[in-house]
Amino acid sequence: MVRLFGPLVGLFFAVALLWSFGNGAYSAITEPAAPTAEHEFHLHPKDVKFASDGVFGKYDKQQLQRGFQVYKEVCATCHSLKHVAFRDLANLGYSEGEVKAIAKQWGTKQPTFDEKSGERAERDNIASDYIPTVYYAGQGVPPDLSLIAKARHNGGAYVYSLLTGYQEQPAELLKKFPDSKTPDGLYYNPYFANLNLAMPAPIASDDQVAYSDGTKATVDQMSKDVSAFLMWTAEPKADKRKQTGWAVLGFLLAATVLAYLAKKNVWADKH
Amino acid sequence: MSFPWANEYKPAFGLTQWLDEKLPLPRFVYNAVGAGYPVPRNLNYMWNFGVLAGFCLVLQIVTGVILAMHYAPNALVAFDSTEHIMRDVNWGWMMRYAHANGASAFFVVVYLHIFRGFFYSSYKAPREMIWLLGVVIFLLMMATAFMGYVLPWGQMSFWGAKVITGLFGAIPVVGEPLQIWLLGGFAPDNAALNRFFSLHFLLPFVIAGVIILHIWALHIPGSSNPTGVEVKAESDTVPFHPYYTAKDGFGLGVFLLIYCAILFFAPNALGHPDNYIPANPLSTPAHIVPEWYFWPFYAILRAFTYDFFFIPAKLMGVLAMFGSILVWFFLPWLDTSPVRSGHYRPLFRKFFWFGLIPTMAILFYCGGAPAEEPFVMLSQLASLYYFAHFLIILPLVSSIEKPEPLPFSITEAVLGKDESAVLNANPAAA
Repeated sequence: MVRLFGPLVGLFFAVALLWSFGNGAYSAITEPAAPTAEHEFHLHPKDVKFASDGVFGKYDKQQLQRGFQVYKEVCATCHSLKHVAFRDLANLGYSEGEVKAIAKQWGTKQPTFDEKSGERAERDNIASDYIPTVYYAGQGVPPDLSLIAKARHNGGAYVYSLLTGYQEQPAELLKKFPDSKTPDGLYYNPYFANLNLAMPAPIASDDQVAYSDGTKATVDQMSKDVSAFLMWTAEPKADKRKQTGWAVLGFLLAATVLAYLAKKNVWADKH
Repeated sequence: MSFPWANEYKPAFGLTQWLDEKLPLPRFVYNAVGAGYPVPRNLNYMWNFGVLAGFCLVLQIVTGVILAMHYAPNALVAFDSTEHIMRDVNWGWMMRYAHANGASAFFVVVYLHIFRGFFYSSYKAPREMIWLLGVVIFLLMMATAFMGYVLPWGQMSFWGAKVITGLFGAIPVVGEPLQIWLLGGFAPDNAALNRFFSLHFLLPFVIAGVIILHIWALHIPGSSNPTGVEVKAESDTVPFHPYYTAKDGFGLGVFLLIYCAILFFAPNALGHPDNYIPANPLSTPAHIVPEWYFWPFYAILRAFTYDFFFIPAKLMGVLAMFGSILVWFFLPWLDTSPVRSGHYRPLFRKFFWFGLIPTMAILFYCGGAPAEEPFVMLSQLASLYYFAHFLIILPLVSSIEKPEPLPFSITEAVLGKDESAVLNANPAAA
């Protein structure tokens, strides 16, 4: 029975697939897919190095502090960071007192609700609070940035490329795709998936942020610092993960060598 | 059942003798994976993957139970509770990465286990039942993995759930009500997430049960081996312990080295970045793709792009995708060659290495690629070969192929032929 029906079922699927293939090939020849501006002008992230790259990489805490400053003074106006608590900032090298001060002075306050009176109010943030959500009144929804570096391919380089990638729309693009002119209120950026995004270049000029550690606050430097900071917010345990990994691999390597020798020993008389 | 020369369990201590009378559990283990189970002496490293798959199941259950202590299966908080595990739970990041990459590792070893079965025809009599139970385990694994991927409630979780449950909608007449009933709503939401969590917790224990049946069925004929020649005498076998426990120990070490290298140094390499974006029913990702281990089957699903007579393309895709695995159930009766091992089957071997393996590679690649040309046409041709291989080529090859001569016994295959022992080969001695 199986030998009778098997080939018939096989033929059925084969013919159905040939039918799809033939139709697909015909329409691919008669009406080839039109090229799109996204396809031709979208760029992969720039090649940029971070201290945390690679299996030996570690976060540069000085850079993360600068990046946090850029986030606080530039990005935090519109973008939330809701998975990060103020207490987490201690991992960037801030002292307990500094963390408390950062929380207390944070621009967006912590909303409160009094169940007895039904009144809504606000209070200062404390170290154990998560960074409060920003309510953005303008058009569009600025994404929460906590995980942005893991939510895009090659996320750290992506954020850096996006921040430094704003430019005039190339004349070549307009010539080839006259309908793809960047609409009013959007900004051209080839590192963004559909080339036009609602966010104007947030880091526009040197010294937009005043660094206290003597680093020159160029647009490039600030973009790199905030990208490094967002890589940390996305994966705060990366340093510990790699450190643990080396210990685990070291143990496993020794154990595997022993297991190999044991295997050889046991099998010595059977080969 | 076992071979007559199997070692017998002899409890040495008062306590173990007492236990052997009341509940002979140590005897059971001794006969299953101890010195009481004689195994062919010539197994190669492809025979390590059964034990590794068992290890992966235990790993997934242990890490999964711990994750479930901190995870909240509610559409409002599921994504945040996953991040809570990653950030605030002690060693939570390690548990979650171990579990997510553990699923990938499980599929890697199971795929190698299945391909071992394909090449050495482990599915042939008298081992059909082991194979059938294995396919059941694989189907259960697919269901479990799919539902597990939905739990973090990221973009790919949501849209993956939508696409896969949408497959039921392709069934004529009852499809749409069935889909709504399965989801508990018109789209994946809290009801779906909750039942997926419940089933994701349950199914691994069902898998464990079927694995017990799988091993039980294995112990009746005993393990197959690379020559495909059945065990004839005691010299063909060695006791499982210490010979294969030692060999599996080494295999486990190599496996753990690779697995931990990925876990600790590239834990997101096998995942999709979109799953770090919270589920949003209003924003469809540019490319919806499942996890890598489903790519070959996803390619078959998407290969049907035109209605075939009165059968809608979507239904054809669903039938083919499920059919591509169900066909494995019939392998023992499609491949009728009396020779098991691919080593002695010249024609079968060609179709295996130059047909099936490249086809699987193409399907794998196309399943992960966007649904554009040339990937669609490639996956159509590869799917065509896939079905032809199992349903047409394999039966044909079995009947026309002339197999190469088999070794007389496993011992001969390992130690070489003893010319003086062959009757009439040495007339001077006679």
